[in-house]
Amino acid sequence: MLEIAIKGSKNYWLWIVFLLAVMGAGAVVYIDQFMNGLMITNMSRDVSFGFYIANFTFLVGVAAGGVMVVIPYYLHDYEKFHRITILGEFLAVASLVMCLLFVLVDVGQPTRLLNVWLYPSVKSVLFWDTLVLNGYLGLNIIIGWKVLEAERNQVEPPLWTKPLIYISIPFAIGIHTVTAYLYCGLPGRGYWLTAILAPRFLASAFAAGPAFLIILCYIIKKFTKFDPGWEAIQTLSKIVCWAIIANLFFFLCEVFVVYYSNIPGHLAHMQYLLFGYHGYHALVPWMWTGIILMITGAVFLVIPQLRDNKTMLPFTCAMIFIGAWIDKGLGMISGGFVPSPLHHVTEYAPSGKEIIITLAVYATGFLILTILFKLATQVKEEVRG
Amino acid sequence: MMKKSRRSFLKVAGIAAIGLGAAPAMNFAASGSNGTALAVKSKNENVLFAHRWGMVIDTNKITDEVVENIVAACHKAHNVPDFNHKVDEEKFPGTRPVNHKQEVKWIWEEHFQYAFPDKEDEFLAEKFHDLPFLVTCNHCKNAPCVKACPTQATFKREDGIVLMDFHRCIGCRFCMAACPYGARSFNFRDPRPFVEEINPDFPTRSKGVVEKCNLCAERLAKGEQPHCVEASEGAILVGDLEDPESEVRALLNENYTIRRKQSLGTEPSVYYVM
Repeated sequence: MLEIAIKGSKNYWLWIVFLLAVMGAGAVVYIDQFMNGLMITNMSRDVSFGFYIANFTFLVGVAAGGVMVVIPYYLHDYEKFHRITILGEFLAVASLVMCLLFVLVDVGQPTRLLNVWLYPSVKSVLFWDTLVLNGYLGLNIIIGWKVLEAERNQVEPPLWTKPLIYISIPFAIGIHTVTAYLYCGLPGRGYWLTAILAPRFLASAFAAGPAFLIILCYIIKKFTKFDPGWEAIQTLSKIVCWAIIANLFFFLCEVFVVYYSNIPGHLAHMQYLLFGYHGYHALVPWMWTGIILMITGAVFLVIPQLRDNKTMLPFTCAMIFIGAWIDKGLGMISGGFVPSPLHHVTEYAPSGKEIIITLAVYATGFLILTILFKLATQVKEEVRG
Repeated sequence: MMKKSRRSFLKVAGIAAIGLGAAPAMNFAASGSNGTALAVKSKNENVLFAHRWGMVIDTNKITDEVVENIVAACHKAHNVPDFNHKVDEEKFPGTRPVNHKQEVKWIWEEHFQYAFPDKEDEFLAEKFHDLPFLVTCNHCKNAPCVKACPTQATFKREDGIVLMDFHRCIGCRFCMAACPYGARSFNFRDPRPFVEEINPDFPTRSKGVVEKCNLCAERLAKGEQPHCVEASEGAILVGDLEDPESEVRALLNENYTIRRKQSLGTEPSVYYVM
């Protein structure tokens, strides 16, 4: 099927060349980081995870969000999702590749990465995270490819794909749960030490993933002859609606517990993010932007007239996607490190080089996404044509 | 020179590995059998042994001068980089400027409200306000960093010391997020240009790995006291927490002591006499 990817319009190739250029720029900067160490980042002794791990965490969510089309289609035989299920699975593949790349660029000794499997440590959540992430990636590649191939040949997918599809559902929940456990099991970090972290991660994932999928459906409809179907998009928008409301509700619960209990170790982080702490407030405008975007998005999706407005929907989805990215990507990780365990305040913002490497990882993800979506849409066009 | 320091480190590590497992008497018994004879030959007779190493810091005896000596002795002996050190441009040409937020430290001074943030008090006795407190790795009984490490590069010896294998560490920094005491540092860059004089008896680190206090395991293995103890003019003592007859236990018996963030259940092995 891959031959489909090398035949495309001028615009297709321009897009590919653009992505390759961003990847190239990132590769050059990464060589600097590889040679000289993570000193090129703005991470520090106090804020030891930064932009890489924040984006990693967010993208695990986008990958897990794909399950929101898999469950209705495969468990409830919801036929309207027939056309977009493959898109959800391929979005998961691209997101997971980005996740793994973010881990790769974040470690200080990338050449030793395999030590994680050579010396398996069952008590380390990171060990389990590598297993579920790679497992979910493998499952989605196999399932997506086999199902699409069967569709092209106009036969039923092989029977053995069925159990894999069912296994992929708990895996999707698993990747984001385990990723939340990375943080919420640490005794000295009050911001993360909350049982609702994993549910909150999942809620924001089930909003951000499908929201992005809706935007992708619009793009596909504009640039290909394939139509994902308005009804499928409408159902997706309802999923996004309830997931983002759940996410906001969980956040509200968090805010209540932190402020009403008034325990300093937990309060300090929230205070830093929402109002500033001891005169430091770099993230305050970001956090409020994120919250306003998510609330407005939720309101726009609850009201049927606004939700069903075809022109407005992609913008509403973009608001929710960006809001969730700020909440999880910017606030969640930095917020856990400020103030430090000794209650010193060291603020963090990514360095220019960090941002270029990050953009290059995103470009790699988009390249994979473009190719996989081109395969999927073209096969579906062929079959219908 | 590098080669030599590495070899002696391995030797020390070997000695330490034998010393930790069994009581000296058992080692002596084992020396007769062929299998372990080679290893036992290099074992230092004077190795210091404990069931669980602990440290007691007498805050009354800690002055700014003592702090300075302790930090200097520890960091010098362990090749800990000093980002204020002027780089030798001939040896390390083109060294980029430092980011002091990325510094490395094993033992350092903090004020009371930072060393004990959960004991912050509006009406804290004034004498505590500007008192220097020494903080370092607590070699916790339930060390969160050991649990977090995905490669067992951070591990706990049977004698309670939390150690690191700098050659296995992948630099994921999960241990730094896990440590409630901020005891760990990451080598954001090659530390060697910032080591004034390299101590060949201890390994230098490469960029991209985490490090922290090792309670001078290399010295205990030779029957010597940790550097901080030697430089402390009697303010710091290390010994066996599980031996009721030990000097540290006597100190704990006689004085009111506190530990950092006790409520977290990590069971720190560093005590502060107030």
